[in-house]
Amino acid sequence: MSDVWRQVCYSYDGSFAGFLTCADESFRHHEEPVAFCSPEEERISLYPEHPVETDQRRAKAFYRWLREGISPEAQRLVAHGFLTCIPNRECVIWQFIQMGRTVGPEVTGHLADRRVDALYAAVRYLHNEAHLLKGFIRFSDCRGLLWAEISPRNRVLPLLRPHFCARFNNETFLIFDTVHHEALLYARGRWAIRPVDHIDFPANDSREEDCQRLWKKFYDTISIEGRYNPRLRMSNVPRRYWEHMTELKDELSAGPSSSSLSAPASKGNP
Amino acid sequence: MELMDKLEILTDAAKYDAACTSSGLDRKARAGRMGSTMPAGCCHTFSADGRCVTLLKVLLSNCCVYDCQYCVNRRSNDVRRTSFTPEELAELTVQFYRRNYIEGLFLSSAVIRNPDYTTELMIRALSLLRNTYGFGGYIHAKAIPGADPRLTWQLGLLADRMSVNIELPSSKSLGLLAPDKKREAILQPMAQIRDGSMESRKELRKLPARQALRFAPAGQSTQMIIGATPEDDRHILNLTQNLYRKYRLKRVFYSAYMPVSHSSLLPAPEGFRPPLLREHRLYQADWLLRYYHFDAAELLDEDAPNLDPRLDPKCCWALRHPDFFPVEVNQADYETLLRVPGVGVTSAKRIITARRTCALDETGLKRLGVVLKRAQYFITCGGRMSDGLRVRPDGVLRHLLAQEQPTLAAYEPEQLSLFDNGGAAI
Repeated sequence: MSDVWRQVCYSYDGSFAGFLTCADESFRHHEEPVAFCSPEEERISLYPEHPVETDQRRAKAFYRWLREGISPEAQRLVAHGFLTCIPNRECVIWQFIQMGRTVGPEVTGHLADRRVDALYAAVRYLHNEAHLLKGFIRFSDCRGLLWAEISPRNRVLPLLRPHFCARFNNETFLIFDTVHHEALLYARGRWAIRPVDHIDFPANDSREEDCQRLWKKFYDTISIEGRYNPRLRMSNVPRRYWEHMTELKDELSAGPSSSSLSAPASKGNP
Repeated sequence: MELMDKLEILTDAAKYDAACTSSGLDRKARAGRMGSTMPAGCCHTFSADGRCVTLLKVLLSNCCVYDCQYCVNRRSNDVRRTSFTPEELAELTVQFYRRNYIEGLFLSSAVIRNPDYTTELMIRALSLLRNTYGFGGYIHAKAIPGADPRLTWQLGLLADRMSVNIELPSSKSLGLLAPDKKREAILQPMAQIRDGSMESRKELRKLPARQALRFAPAGQSTQMIIGATPEDDRHILNLTQNLYRKYRLKRVFYSAYMPVSHSSLLPAPEGFRPPLLREHRLYQADWLLRYYHFDAAELLDEDAPNLDPRLDPKCCWALRHPDFFPVEVNQADYETLLRVPGVGVTSAKRIITARRTCALDETGLKRLGVVLKRAQYFITCGGRMSDGLRVRPDGVLRHLLAQEQPTLAAYEPEQLSLFDNGGAAI
């Protein structure tokens, strides 16, 4: 077979199985996808557009091949890469798979290679955001149901799922991702991640309000006046997380310069 | 007194403790119990001073019989006094935990009546939390020096990490400022925690997990106040190294002295700036001891007993050892790579992995996370130094200092005046 790859643009349903079907299709027909279109991300492309019907069996077989034909680590990278928010993520993943086909299991060792690094960097960012959110998520109790909203850049719910389902296995909870419009639900040992457009959460009752006030009091008190350092705080909790954090959301509207503490170092004596 | 007031008073009284980590233990959740712990720990928020908040850090009580000069809770200080009941504290912890505000509880206490009574109160609160509420989150408990070792043992069975504060870097300073505390009374529980923790880890290997007693499975830490007393950095780093080696501590924390008292034995509060930059440099040196295989004697000696405020200790070491460099990144072993400024633990490991498949150049190193701005003066790629890099040794110092400026700018201007007399070492 000649080494000429025909450049195409795939349109698919946006699902992971759909993407795997596209990848399978591309290697069968020696096609190099230069863009992917899905219902969520419509693109106008100059290349011939090739619609691909999602085929669960082909997707499964291709997914298995990633593990057996390349390596388990490569399979993990592809799956996690699909949850990331990098521009053109399908093409980045495809480039990585393409390289895996040629060099085999050692592909994940090529850390200094542009294609491998691009995927690793995206996946690191995903894991980093998931790790931050394990700490930053704030639940409110509504008659025994714990609910939380998040607005992450990456699709972190599948990564948060094992952590919260284990830690709060005795609770009933719901985490709503307002950006990707999906929700993680958990009750009595069973969980699900489902697409959800919109959720209206009820107002807090007085018990919940009391608890949030106590937390805010603790937060404001634990800081040491003489060490006031808003820049350090900002780099540790980026502002885009503040809107859903009980102790920080009020400071968002207060503007960057004001805070519960005054800037000049006051004496440490309470 | 309202719970809100108690929380404010007992948080305010606990905030000067620098230790706030929830790391060192991987305990999976168990069905029907609430909570788990993560080996790397987890920050839940950051306070306005930029420090991580991971545990509900409070005192059980601030009614203290001691009169340590450097402490806000000293008997002679005029502050509001209160105590949590064990029930209040357990309920508060659980309500905060299930809303994901915190990773667990950090429980310390002033010495109320005597060390034994205080420890008994702490045991009551923790056993309520563990046994009645079925709480499986992280618990850090302060051992109270002078308490009966049997009580400290019980406390350690309920906690994940324990700590005893060494308070001040020398027994002379301790004798001066904390006449009620004796060095031996601090080291005794420290040794007990070390032995207990090792013993229970051995037992865990022999017995089924359910039967083995777990005593402080996440080990112990300590903290000392710096800048209140005259000890130099060399003394502090040697002490730190001894604590890591002899007492197997997981962490040593440094706390820049905050002026909380007008005692004539301490720096006058007027115009005093907490030595935050010095604290920062000590943490950097501490990192080198724990993860970079440095020895305290390599970092400081009698001629240069203090860390240079202008540059991080690793750069300073590199500049003092020109014979060690340049390092060839395609051949050097892991230990050698770790010594290069701009190369960290992660990037050193990545270099080792990546060079198995192909030779590394500068673009590649950048992708691996190497900070080339720093590393370029100390490395070669395939035998070549960076293009256009022709600097004399004093030029390297100038370039590195210029890079450090943004970091230094974060510290108060008063801190920078240290430069006038510091930095003769290189």
